[in-house]
Amino acid sequence: MDNETITYIHARNKWFNINFKELWSYRDLVLLFVKRNVTTSYKQTILGPLWIVINPLLSTSVFTVIFGVIAGISTDGMPQFLFYMSGNVLWGFFSNCLNKGSATFLGNARLFGKVYFPRLAIPVSDIMYCLLNYFIQMTMFIGLLIFFTITNPAVQPNMYICLVPVMIIQTGLLGMGVGMIISSITTKYRDLNILVSFGVSLWMYITPVVYPVSRIPDSLRTLFLLNPMAPIVESYRHAFLGSGSFEMFYWLISLAVTALIVFFGIIVFNKVEKNFIDTV
Amino acid sequence: MDKNCVIKTEHLQKEYRLGVIGTGTLRNDLQSWIAKKRGKEDPNRRIGSKEYTEGERFLALDDVNIEIYRGERVGIIGANGAGKSTLLKLLSRITSPTEGNIAYRGRIASMLEVGTGFHPELTGRENVYLNGAILGMTRAEVDKKIDDIIEFSECAQFIDTPVKRYSSGMFVKLAFAVASHLDAEIMIMDEVLAVGDMKFQRKCISKMRELAVDHNRTVLYVSHNMGTIQDLCNRCIVLDHGKKVYDGDVDEAIKLYMGGDNDEFFSYEYADDTHKNPVKRHDLNLKNVKYIGRTTNMFYDKEPLSLELGWENLEDIPSLSLRIEVQDARRIPITSYIIEDFYSGKKGETHSEQFTIDVSKIAGGRYFTRYVFYNRKSEAVAYEDIEDSAGLVFRRQMSEFHKRRWNRTWGSIRLGEILLKKE
Repeated sequence: MDNETITYIHARNKWFNINFKELWSYRDLVLLFVKRNVTTSYKQTILGPLWIVINPLLSTSVFTVIFGVIAGISTDGMPQFLFYMSGNVLWGFFSNCLNKGSATFLGNARLFGKVYFPRLAIPVSDIMYCLLNYFIQMTMFIGLLIFFTITNPAVQPNMYICLVPVMIIQTGLLGMGVGMIISSITTKYRDLNILVSFGVSLWMYITPVVYPVSRIPDSLRTLFLLNPMAPIVESYRHAFLGSGSFEMFYWLISLAVTALIVFFGIIVFNKVEKNFIDTV
Repeated sequence: MDKNCVIKTEHLQKEYRLGVIGTGTLRNDLQSWIAKKRGKEDPNRRIGSKEYTEGERFLALDDVNIEIYRGERVGIIGANGAGKSTLLKLLSRITSPTEGNIAYRGRIASMLEVGTGFHPELTGRENVYLNGAILGMTRAEVDKKIDDIIEFSECAQFIDTPVKRYSSGMFVKLAFAVASHLDAEIMIMDEVLAVGDMKFQRKCISKMRELAVDHNRTVLYVSHNMGTIQDLCNRCIVLDHGKKVYDGDVDEAIKLYMGGDNDEFFSYEYADDTHKNPVKRHDLNLKNVKYIGRTTNMFYDKEPLSLELGWENLEDIPSLSLRIEVQDARRIPITSYIIEDFYSGKKGETHSEQFTIDVSKIAGGRYFTRYVFYNRKSEAVAYEDIEDSAGLVFRRQMSEFHKRRWNRTWGSIRLGEILLKKE
């Protein structure tokens, strides 16, 4: 029974010091956090988890009316509803991860101030919770996709679908990475908190969620696609609908950027978690 | 690290900056930083204040070296701000030290607050799993112990109700039940037993002691309640302004912490009212006290305690009674001695009187006293205190009459032996 492992705490820490083994030993905690989030999110609501699918359905309808019908923005010949839905679901996943990630320290300050567990358990469980929501929305999207594929010859799912899982993981990590960096900085500077609330929706407008990349003027195209989310959304849509193009080159850049951000995010997170409770 | 040593801290130091950290916004900090780089004056510095980047530094813990061994039950006491909670926070890895190292063996379960991570919407059972996991248990471990936990918590009836419907007492009971069933080798608690009814408190203390004694767990306990410290701990550390000032025997530590103004005195002159409690009708002014024929306040075995009190009558005193209250080291009253209607006098007179009390039944240790004078103006009215004053401390040392040493947790009064009832 007796555990003889000796743990050392030093005043100075290495700049990269993540104990993944410890995180693994807390895997039950991660799962329980996910479960807690699921069970408490829709307590005392009438429609309960139905909100998970109502949310994208409503916002996609609004997009369809405003950008499709009123503004008349091209959707590369795709059914408008399906076009907006594909971008919207992926973007929703991204912004959820980012928002949750950016609230890691401030939102859990009370808990972090009273008990120790690997702090990474929180962002990891948040990603999993967002992923769960995303999968539910995805099921609905696949249903729509099958319907439109049969009824509309323009919709052509293709082999790039095999790369979709990579894109999903990448989206989650990117959102969480950015979120963790923001969260680490907000322990000291609250400015970013304000930025996040509207920054995410601004970011959506520079990402091809409500319009296709083909609408971007050539002079801005390179700059536009350097936004790490842009090639993901465009390529993701291409895989399902066959519209636009698969931006392999820019996607690889985006992957590299994601890796950098996640790496940087973890380092900052790791540095901040040691003492954040003194400054928060 | 020694085989039996479970916690070891070396030169542990924790520094906090006083006042506002930074200025709170990125822009101001950047401004200050750029100004500093260019050798200009900091635009965010308050006029007349010191360089704000230096800040006022404050050591919450200063060079603390502690070694704790397996199975010890260590109490940590000290005034507010002495660094008790900071020490626990460092040990439980909530924040990290500014200087120094900590090494510990095994797992640490820390209860710095009851019900950390309890979610009001979840049921008792769900919270047990969540809280257990937060404290470092795996699901399988909780599964094994869930029945014990529920039974210990005395909440079985409500276990599937959301905890937001719980009373605060039930909440605490459930939380403590989880924590006390941890398999951690080291348990850290910060005054969490303060809530919950007396019965449950006693249950918690005995559970902690059982864990420490029978299962060789190590317990670190911070409290302002000397009673529980005395009940639970077998070693005590006193912190004062971030420094360790005492480490060792519990009674000695409590004595050091509680202090006592007339601690080692065998006589005392009351110059003013500092050691007196206000009374409604201040008819008498106690001026001095001394233990007769003594130069110490130590009393051995069957020695009687004789003292002389001197006072001045501020009003006519038709009759006077005196009560000597005795309190133990935690200032809990244990008994009182009474003498009634022993004196009468006129206003303005001074008088001294000698008394003897039998302290032979009071167990070894250190005791506080109070002298309370009282009387009533006539047969028709109730008794009133007319002088209430802190008295001299006395210490008792007794030779052992029995084979086993008298333990302080058995009580402060030794009434005698049990007799066999002969038919």
